[in-house]
Amino acid sequence: MSAPILDVQALDVVYDTPAGPARAVNKVSFSLKPGERLGLIGESGSGKTTMGTALMRLTRAPGRIAGGRVLLDGTDLLTLSPRALRATRLRDIALVPQGAMSALNPVMRLRRQMEDAILAHEPRRKKAEIDARIAELLTRVGLKPEVADRYPHELSGGMKQRAVMAIATSLSPKVIVADEPTSALDVVVQRQVMQTLGRLQEGLGAAVVLIGHDMGLIAQFADTVGVMYAGRLVEIGPVAAMIGAPRHPYTRLLIDSLPGIDVKRRLTGIPGLPPPLVKLPTGCPFAPRCPLAYDRCRSELPLPQETAPGHSVACHLYPENAELPPMPAPKEEAAP
Amino acid sequence: MSRELISYLLRRFAQFLLVIFIAVSVNFVIPRMLPGDPVATALARLQTAGTGQTMDIQAVSDAYRARYGLDQPLWNQYLNYWADLFRLDLGVSFANFPQPVSAMIAAALPWSVGLLSTATLISFFIGSYLGGRLAWPGSGRGIRMLVPGMMVLSAIPYYLLAILLVYIFAVYLRWLPPAGGVSTTRIMRADWATFVDIVRHAILPIMSIVLGGIGFWALGMRSQMVSVLGEDYITFAEAKGLSPGRVFFWYGIRNAFLPQITALALNLGAVVSGAVLVEVIFNYPGLGSLLYVAIRGQDYFVIQGVVLVLILTLAVMLFIVDLIYPLLDPRIRR
Repeated sequence: MSAPILDVQALDVVYDTPAGPARAVNKVSFSLKPGERLGLIGESGSGKTTMGTALMRLTRAPGRIAGGRVLLDGTDLLTLSPRALRATRLRDIALVPQGAMSALNPVMRLRRQMEDAILAHEPRRKKAEIDARIAELLTRVGLKPEVADRYPHELSGGMKQRAVMAIATSLSPKVIVADEPTSALDVVVQRQVMQTLGRLQEGLGAAVVLIGHDMGLIAQFADTVGVMYAGRLVEIGPVAAMIGAPRHPYTRLLIDSLPGIDVKRRLTGIPGLPPPLVKLPTGCPFAPRCPLAYDRCRSELPLPQETAPGHSVACHLYPENAELPPMPAPKEEAAP
Repeated sequence: MSRELISYLLRRFAQFLLVIFIAVSVNFVIPRMLPGDPVATALARLQTAGTGQTMDIQAVSDAYRARYGLDQPLWNQYLNYWADLFRLDLGVSFANFPQPVSAMIAAALPWSVGLLSTATLISFFIGSYLGGRLAWPGSGRGIRMLVPGMMVLSAIPYYLLAILLVYIFAVYLRWLPPAGGVSTTRIMRADWATFVDIVRHAILPIMSIVLGGIGFWALGMRSQMVSVLGEDYITFAEAKGLSPGRVFFWYGIRNAFLPQITALALNLGAVVSGAVLVEVIFNYPGLGSLLYVAIRGQDYFVIQGVVLVLILTLAVMLFIVDLIYPLLDPRIRR
């Protein structure tokens, strides 16, 4: 097995709020091999975007990275000097931000926004070389080279997203963090964008962290799927095992809540709400909503344990059980 | 130039002409709606200056009316007014008879334009820069401590600040001249000494306008910058590995600046009227002082002329802002 290109160890990100620190990312660890596609999934507020920004050390006040390590090819990004950190961004680890629709400066032509990214890392490049590179990058994401001379408001949503991907991959990074790259796009464009991202990833051999809440989209794209809940990574494993035989009750419920197209059935949600991040319960954060929870779940925090190679889960049901026991049907929430 | 841009410019120019037409017309109508009769006032003045000789009031009054075209119907007067304007004939001053108003304005205009444009540009750019730095998380604490001071300064009216500055720098420290545009003994020549003299006289009036305005621009810019810094394109710019300076200027200031320019356009009027008072306090030989003296002396044609020039200047400046805007914000070109 090759050495991981990205190794995240016990990453902690907190938001300082008047009510106390909100632990948005809580001791999250995972690692990524070169060329691996990791999908991170979780509901709103589960800490996935916070983690994506923390991976590039882009966390802003009131958020702060409170602990842990982010090893990119062996170097800890969290201890780098600001200058060295800037040199690493885009060259080694690139971001495709959430809402790429607004990721471009509205008053600058696309060419200048691509140029300054390249020049920040390779200041001695000649104009002609850069222009040739910009044309090539745009072609690679399926845009015409002339698009470079447009302003962002002259591009469609899908074109903007492609342009952002062209910028993100302009220096052939080893890791791409894509934070909901398809949000606010319609399904047809979503599909095209995901295919483009997949093609880029294959061409560059880069590892990808794809963050999202659309289980279907992530399952199609990723090799490995991680599920986040209340700031914790509750389960991570190969995509087939995660879909076919999830271990964590939350993962199971998340998959069951997907509407199927063949079988018509009542949509089931997961009753209850995630716990407030400022006042996390002792024990498992999912225990209050978990149909399988027992006493130990409410008093003791389950730690991640490996149940199969590359598949780990933070749940007290293991290792006593080989697989997830059948779950009682979730009680319908009383109509408000 | 795209067709879009050309049509934008043409439309702005048409608006500019319309503004001028309305302003000039209003400037014609308002004095004629005022109570009182300029001819009667002028005659009263002649009488009090009284040379003792008796005169046929009615005959003199008619002569005046004929001389100034006031005996004609309003419509004709209006057309004559336009015709005179095109010949740059703004009438003759009562107080300094028979000096033409246009000559008086021509003498005062360069002083005002020089003073105002310098002061406004300095306060606008420095204020905007400071405001940007105030919102920037990487700025030191020193900059943040400027806020209360600037709030106080922007709350003090120009003219009070001016009096304070005169007291400190001209009366107490005696570093700078307290008033005037140039030393009374200086013979104006295009040489270095004259230039230095003019600058020395301009420093205090400029300072009072700059100090009074800088807080306004800084606070406006700060709130713009705070919202711009929350935008995704700032995060993405940082993720590209750009230097903080580049992110600050080209992604932060560059975008936060746009509403500032609109604010500048909207505030030009206030800037001009505030400057009138500053000129009066410093006895500066510009349009403000001219207007002040004219109002005190009920010198109608001078008042009308100065107000007209102020309005035209504002219209021209607004037009220039309109021209600059599409260069700064491509989304406006439609």
